[in-house]
Amino acid sequence: MAVPVSLTVNGQSQQRDVDPRLLLVHFLRDVLGLTGTKVACDTSQCGACTVLVDGIAAKSCTCLTAQVDGASITTIEGLAAPGTLHPIQEAFWNKHGLQCGFCTPGMVLATHELLRQNPNPTVEQIRHGLEGNLCRCTGYQNIVRSVQEAAKTMNGGAR
Amino acid sequence: MYAPSFDYHRASSVAEAQKLLAANPGAKLLAGGHSLLPVLKLRLAAPSALIDLGRIAELKGVSAANGGVRIGAMTTHAEIATSPVLAKSCGIVAEAAAQIGDMAVRNRGTIGGSVAHADPAADLPTVLVAVGATMEIAGAGGATRTVAAADFFQGMMTTALGDGEILTAVWVPALGAGTGAAYAKFAHPASRYAVIGAAASLTVKNGACERAIIIVGGVTATPTALPSVAAALTGSNLSAEAIAAAAGKAAGDLTGDLMGDVFASSEYRRHVTGAYVARAVAAAAARAR
Repeated sequence: MAVPVSLTVNGQSQQRDVDPRLLLVHFLRDVLGLTGTKVACDTSQCGACTVLVDGIAAKSCTCLTAQVDGASITTIEGLAAPGTLHPIQEAFWNKHGLQCGFCTPGMVLATHELLRQNPNPTVEQIRHGLEGNLCRCTGYQNIVRSVQEAAKTMNGGAR
Repeated sequence: MYAPSFDYHRASSVAEAQKLLAANPGAKLLAGGHSLLPVLKLRLAAPSALIDLGRIAELKGVSAANGGVRIGAMTTHAEIATSPVLAKSCGIVAEAAAQIGDMAVRNRGTIGGSVAHADPAADLPTVLVAVGATMEIAGAGGATRTVAAADFFQGMMTTALGDGEILTAVWVPALGAGTGAAYAKFAHPASRYAVIGAAASLTVKNGACERAIIIVGGVTATPTALPSVAAALTGSNLSAEAIAAAAGKAAGDLTGDLMGDVFASSEYRRHVTGAYVARAVAAAAARAR
């Protein structure tokens, strides 16, 4: 039994008939070809699959496509206009908040959620806020610095 | 990981969900999906159909009701954690919800889904038993019934919910004047499930503890009362020494089979429970005064 779904993904309307068991992350990666969203642990622990559903962070490996029928999804590909970087992406670049980069799309979107809930977090709040995103390279130090810089930029402060 | 195939139905009301349940034997209710979808992906269950409750407005929201707070079953952990009504009346529930999983998990996971799943390592069951919550359940024939939280959790992933029944809300009482409650948790570092979760509710009068309720989860299959700890606290002045002495009785109250895994053995959990009980009691005592 296929389920008809209609979603907006990165501003583009998408209509498909999907298998009810199709996870959002597989819809994004395998149906739409948006491979920026990663599958890593596949058990909602690591955060590599984080996307925004109607502007709110969700783990797309633990969400059926059918559940978010009608929603607006933002993936890492759609966070900023093509050819430009979102201030969070720019901060991760400037502060070397990544090494291999596999966790980075999820880290960036989790940072988006953290700053949505708390635009000016302390270091402790950043570490706590990103506890659902695992990085096996950086030791997190530069990720925390990236989030601090992104918060500063997005709050209009000098860099 | 792909779940086994299932049919998908979306209910727009509790009544419609009940009709769909009746028409689809072997169906499971889908709340936020943060307990059920992992179970399906691991193929620990293979329901014939899922009935999605996500669009049922009547199941969402937190409101003051009957001298307490009514939490709709489809209210997310994030909404509970930030609810001003709960913060004022029964803050321990918000405190526990804020410690579930992580930001993204709390954005989609729901109280109804967590409670109906009844994972031993969940946070809310422990706290709901400690505050004396009541589960509101819609039956197949349109009748509703209520079950005390202490009677609702019957075993590992087993609740009082019967076939065709839908958990519609959780009601928690407002903590009265002089009562303080707190939750202390040892979270697994990757999953953030509770290795040990301790909830304490204390009523203090004239500097002495008049009533103590101590419930632990994570370490046990269902929320478990620690009567020796509660008895030792009752009548005490809740000094640091009194709390330490009472918490030292926690291991002795854990007489049944305890949870254990490669991360934390049952012996370890038994040993460490007292430390988290002491933390919960100290925080609850500070709030009660």
